[in-house]
Amino acid sequence: MSRPDYLLFDKNTTSVIYGMQTKAVQRMLDFDYCCRRAIPSVGAMIDPGKSGTEKVFWGKKEIFIPVYPDVKTALQKHPDIDVMINFASFRSAYDTTMEGLNEPKLRTIVVIAEGIPERLARHLREVAVKKNKIIIGPATVGGIAAGAFKVANTGGTIESIIESKLHRPGSVGFVSKSGGMSNEAYNIIALNTDGLYEGIAIGGDAYPGSSLLEHLLRFEANPAIKMLVSLGEVGGEEEWKIVEAVKTGKIKKPLVMWVTGTSIKYMPRGIQFGHAGARADATRETAEAKNAALKEAGVVVPESFDDYDKAIKQTYEKLVAKGVIKPAPEVEPPVIPMDYAEAVARNMVRKPTSFTCTISDDSKDELLYAGHKISKVIGENYSIGETIGLLWFKERLPKWAAEFMEIVIKLCADHGPAVSGAHNTIVTARAGRDLMSAVASGMLTIGPRFGGAVAGAALMFKDAQDRGLSADAFIAELKKKNIKIQGIGHRIKSLKNPDMRVVLLKDYAARNFPGTRLLNYALEVEKLTTAKKDTLILNVDGCIGVLSVDMMYGLGWSEERIQQVVDGGGLNGMFLLGRTIGMIGHYMDQSRQKAELYRHPWDDILYDLPAGE
Amino acid sequence: MAQRGIREYHGKKMLARHLDAYLEDSIGYQGKIVLVDKDTNWNQMLKENSWLKTDKLVAKPDQLFGKRGKHGLVLVNKSFEETRSWINERMGKKQTVNGIEGTLTHFIIEPCIAHEVEYYVAIKSAAAGDTIYFSLEGGINVEENWDKVISIPVPILEGIDAVNIAAALPDSLAEKKKLVAMFLKGLYKLFAELNFAYLEINPFAISGNRIIPLDLVAKLDDTAEYLCARQWGEDIEFPAAFGQNLSPEEIKIRELDALSGASLKLTLLNPDGMIWNMVAGGGASVIYADTVCDLGYSKELAMYGEYSGNPSTSLTYEYAKVVLDLMTRKKDPQGRPKTLILGGGIANFTDVAKTFTGIIKALHEFGDRLKSVNARIFVRRGGPNYQEGLANLKAAAEKIGVPIELHGPEYHMTRVVSDALKA
Repeated sequence: MSRPDYLLFDKNTTSVIYGMQTKAVQRMLDFDYCCRRAIPSVGAMIDPGKSGTEKVFWGKKEIFIPVYPDVKTALQKHPDIDVMINFASFRSAYDTTMEGLNEPKLRTIVVIAEGIPERLARHLREVAVKKNKIIIGPATVGGIAAGAFKVANTGGTIESIIESKLHRPGSVGFVSKSGGMSNEAYNIIALNTDGLYEGIAIGGDAYPGSSLLEHLLRFEANPAIKMLVSLGEVGGEEEWKIVEAVKTGKIKKPLVMWVTGTSIKYMPRGIQFGHAGARADATRETAEAKNAALKEAGVVVPESFDDYDKAIKQTYEKLVAKGVIKPAPEVEPPVIPMDYAEAVARNMVRKPTSFTCTISDDSKDELLYAGHKISKVIGENYSIGETIGLLWFKERLPKWAAEFMEIVIKLCADHGPAVSGAHNTIVTARAGRDLMSAVASGMLTIGPRFGGAVAGAALMFKDAQDRGLSADAFIAELKKKNIKIQGIGHRIKSLKNPDMRVVLLKDYAARNFPGTRLLNYALEVEKLTTAKKDTLILNVDGCIGVLSVDMMYGLGWSEERIQQVVDGGGLNGMFLLGRTIGMIGHYMDQSRQKAELYRHPWDDILYDLPAGE
Repeated sequence: MAQRGIREYHGKKMLARHLDAYLEDSIGYQGKIVLVDKDTNWNQMLKENSWLKTDKLVAKPDQLFGKRGKHGLVLVNKSFEETRSWINERMGKKQTVNGIEGTLTHFIIEPCIAHEVEYYVAIKSAAAGDTIYFSLEGGINVEENWDKVISIPVPILEGIDAVNIAAALPDSLAEKKKLVAMFLKGLYKLFAELNFAYLEINPFAISGNRIIPLDLVAKLDDTAEYLCARQWGEDIEFPAAFGQNLSPEEIKIRELDALSGASLKLTLLNPDGMIWNMVAGGGASVIYADTVCDLGYSKELAMYGEYSGNPSTSLTYEYAKVVLDLMTRKKDPQGRPKTLILGGGIANFTDVAKTFTGIIKALHEFGDRLKSVNARIFVRRGGPNYQEGLANLKAAAEKIGVPIELHGPEYHMTRVVSDALKA
């Protein structure tokens, strides 16, 4: 798509954005949408060394902008792109702009970074001039072609843009150094004329990539622009070149201009005033000298900035009276949906949440466990049991209860390699899988037959005691239903050969618990079952289960709250948590040994297949 | 910032450290120079620089001002003890130079070099390239003899290697031509590689195969710090202009400015002035100051100030407190009201209501003092949430009991200045 030299941007211009400035891209696309552009003004983005896509809104719809690792690739894929907006930092802006200058299809490069060394900036400019390209910047917000193309963050919010009528073209070309003041100037132009056609901020550095005059000459050549407006600045010779261009007839269109910095003579010597380039080294470079020379050359120069608006208005009205300008019609822009984040910030929307969390909070300054700051948890040396209490039960447990939890965890930590959890972990580790897979494989064996009887036992015994069943009646009821009592029975341990773990638990409870109601009940049941067979003892799962309920009684929790814990099966967590320690150990053990793949021996398997044909 | 002046001392030390690397041969400059301030340990300095004892010395202030000779501030051909007492007599004293009064705080001492011819070299930058200026008639009268200065342009893209320096030099240099050409070439390379923005050696002397810079003025492009910090040296500094003595308030704002990513500026012009501009944005702040002056009230302009770059609420609060404190210290002797102009253009993305929150807090704090100086407030600002910001400001001023006028972007940016001056 070829455009005349004077036209950098039109409604079909597309650009590549160097740097993942998604916000700026969204602002450009919102502007596009307001202007009813047919295609987005951003064709591609560059994330050095990476590729992919970036999701942005096009009105209400989400679209993808492709992301490329470098300028060359982006331009190969998008041959229509002729503008690059370079967000690279001052450190890499030179190299990346050179990358752009070497692309034959790019015509315009906007350099946003502030603080590029002057020597490098001068170099960039000379290369651009040689290659007949235009650099806008460095240290600029960019520019805008009203109703057609907006560079990055130019113009501010979409509300400001519409208020300054930038969503449709007017008749005025504007150029200044300052990006901040260009926003104000678009407002002034909107208030006093039919609006902006194109506005450029060349940036505040001493050596901008393109000059005020170069842009004014483009505006002069553009038949759609009828009037020129500019803001100059103290320091530099640039405005004198404009004086020359007006005198020699290179600029014929009416130009309203004001050079700022008239107050510098009242300031102490050496003050840095606004921009890097704003420093008058000679009388010629003062704002007064330049304003006077411009005026003398025939430029419309107000008495002060305070009359800038009037000067623009009068010049515009003369052009309308002469019939040079036919005021541009007003256009109603489509409404852009507000971003959700912004609507939230402005208290304009609410939405129901999908999740609720009542135990921990990472959204505040400091991590909280059930309202306890992590600095307190560590500072006051909360035990593991107390920490578990915070996250499982939302309260700091008293010492006796916290210690009980820790004893359980220690007792359950491991039970040798032969039990199903450890076995699975070992087999999975030997199959070459990672820690998480091996431990998960072990964990998945925990259930009613292995380790998971804690919750079941608590549930059964508590239910029976709550219903006032005698130990006899309880056993009878289950026998009738043909249900095994959870938490009763061991493979080898018996009354005479007790399980040390159970002994320790009972001993701890006797010494520390306020009461052991459910344990006492379970022991009555045990008396009857062991009478039938001496291995039908209260096993470790059962003991943990009933003592957990006794712990909750001792904590003085409501019946409802205790039942909730028991029904939820959460008590199995104690076994699960404890045994994870052992399973991690088995994984480490196998990986230290570099144990090879395990294959079960054939002779250990009975093959008993149906006889085939 | 960009181009900033450095001390002659640091400029010459850089020549001594790096120039040889850019030369085909040595010019033999060793950088015999010391910098003296009020904290200098003279004995230590003497121990480290034995030439101070053996050589006849030259001394002069090193504070970014020229024409030192004309102001009687150059001591020539004296012993160490004489030099020492000459400096001590002047250290910390007020001195008026070129119409500006300041305090003498830094001096340099060098060996006194006897010489006959004073040469001139300067390198200046412009957009398309640099220019080397050279003259056989350097010294204090070089400007009067400017027609004798030859200029050698160096295009930015092609660089110095594409330039035939010797061919541009006057034949009267005779056998010194080769040495001077080599020196200029090396000096230019150093200028470019170390990102100087301006360098003038006026004069320099030639003694045999040695070139001795006698007087040096230089500016560095401080944006190149990330490239050149090592070559510039750890002790590099960018001193304030001579006579720029900062008030405690100005120092405080500089510190706040340095601490944050936002930009805060304050220059006190006339503490008794009636007009206090507190303006958002660099470009706008200049225009507000201009307008006060252009409308004929430059004498009433109390300060030049700027806050921009999305300062936090607390930073704006701190800034406003400093301004309000300065503004409400004294009543106007004629009882005229003091005017605070809270100006600004249309913000891009800065939340105007948020930045005003800090100002409002400060206004409340200084409420009584504002009333005691008969203060009035004029406001003009646009940008995100400006309506809310203006409404909050209005409510605050009314509560305090200070008259206020507020405008949004529909009002010409500086019209509040003419309103305030007319009222």
